[in-house]
Amino acid sequence: MKKRIITAACLAFLFANQSKAQNDTINSTYKKQKLKIEEINFVSSYYTQDGDNSAVTGGKGTEKLTDIATNFEVILSKKDSKNNVHSFDVNVGVDSYTSASSDKIDPSTVSSASYQDIRVYPSINYNFENVEKRYALNAGLSFSAEFDYTSIGANVGYTKTSKDKNREFSVKGMAFFDTWKVILPIEIRNNPTDNDANHLDTKPRTSYNLGLTLSQVINKNFQMAFLADIGYQEGLLATKFNRVYFDDLSVRSEKLPSTRFKIPLGVRANYYLNDRIILRTFYRYYYDNWNINSHTISIEPSIKLTPFSSLSIPYRFYTQSAAKYFDAINQHQLNDEYYTSDYDLSKFSSNMIGLGYHLTDSDKGIFNIKRIHSLEMRYGYYTRNNGLSSHIITLALQFK
Amino acid sequence: MNKKIIFMFLLAIALQSCESVKEYQKSKINDTEMALSAKKTEKFENTFQLYREASSGANGGKTGGGCGCN
Repeated sequence: MKKRIITAACLAFLFANQSKAQNDTINSTYKKQKLKIEEINFVSSYYTQDGDNSAVTGGKGTEKLTDIATNFEVILSKKDSKNNVHSFDVNVGVDSYTSASSDKIDPSTVSSASYQDIRVYPSINYNFENVEKRYALNAGLSFSAEFDYTSIGANVGYTKTSKDKNREFSVKGMAFFDTWKVILPIEIRNNPTDNDANHLDTKPRTSYNLGLTLSQVINKNFQMAFLADIGYQEGLLATKFNRVYFDDLSVRSEKLPSTRFKIPLGVRANYYLNDRIILRTFYRYYYDNWNINSHTISIEPSIKLTPFSSLSIPYRFYTQSAAKYFDAINQHQLNDEYYTSDYDLSKFSSNMIGLGYHLTDSDKGIFNIKRIHSLEMRYGYYTRNNGLSSHIITLALQFK
Repeated sequence: MNKKIIFMFLLAIALQSCESVKEYQKSKINDTEMALSAKKTEKFENTFQLYREASSGANGGKTGGGCGCN
């Protein structure tokens, strides 16, 4: 509760700051500016995957899933009499997915409720930038709803830019207050296998995140960013409709600790190799107290075809160790305190390769439509060494 | 601990070798492909990775919460 009060106080401070700036505007000779649309972004993707290690059926069974995701974002801004910039980012996302494994929660039904689901997630962010003093304050609220999960989120942030504008430091705090509607596998609904939750209970999950970013221009061709996050979660962290089969062939609902502490550290480095090629690179090291260590490396050469268009070939390698609570089907023992057969928590490595195309033309517009400022398309093929593979294709349009 | 030392070392090297780049010299730095953030088209890629992998964070996003993912 205290954390919610602090978040509300920060938001109140930011919005009060805005009101004060507006009053100053009225008192001066400055002509009040209206909010204007800076840009509109539309992003849509189609994702499909298949594999044979579904967590719903205990680590063995189809992982076939398709997802269509769409996101619509409007950015509005205005300047006040002191040249401060106020901007609002209004965002709505909709995901629609079908999952073959979710249908196995209750295989006796023709199609269970979670076979098909829609997730809707609106958010609003406000940013106040003091251009003269080179700092920005921001705050935002988010909401997400799907069949068995709802989330309310809040965030506040601060950014400071150096005098020469070559260095920027930002700090951002986020909190998500989520609620699970517990769905148990059909065979244990009347006889839950632990005290975590009963069928159709609502259980909380709270997540806190503190993110720090330092970005630096190294020279005319090279810039880097150092990113560090600290994440803490508490509440129901297990997915209760996931089955776990033990060595005596008995079945239970997944059980995981009620807290998780995460530390990811990342570096981004982008290099303008020459007038034709730009190299985008990223590395992340991740550790959490469930004993998961991971490394992520990605490299994306971008080749300029014309001054307005470019082609990129993203490649990403990822490897992780297993969570200490993971074991395959029929491997867990009855005296295990926590247990999961979710292969997303197993030891594996993955590769992803893709192709991207970016076209921008602020003068004529794309397809001779002046309002369409840029068009971006991207395809990715992802494989995991435990058999899961997926394809994703994304289209992004920017209107100005 | 070693990894933290390497991270701090890289940070120190990067900051030591910086040049002061004037605004009029930033035509390459300001290229859209040079942005130190994920592209718009990476948005949903990052989301599915958040579901399919146990790691998250340090990419300008969140480390968890907000959805039935990790």
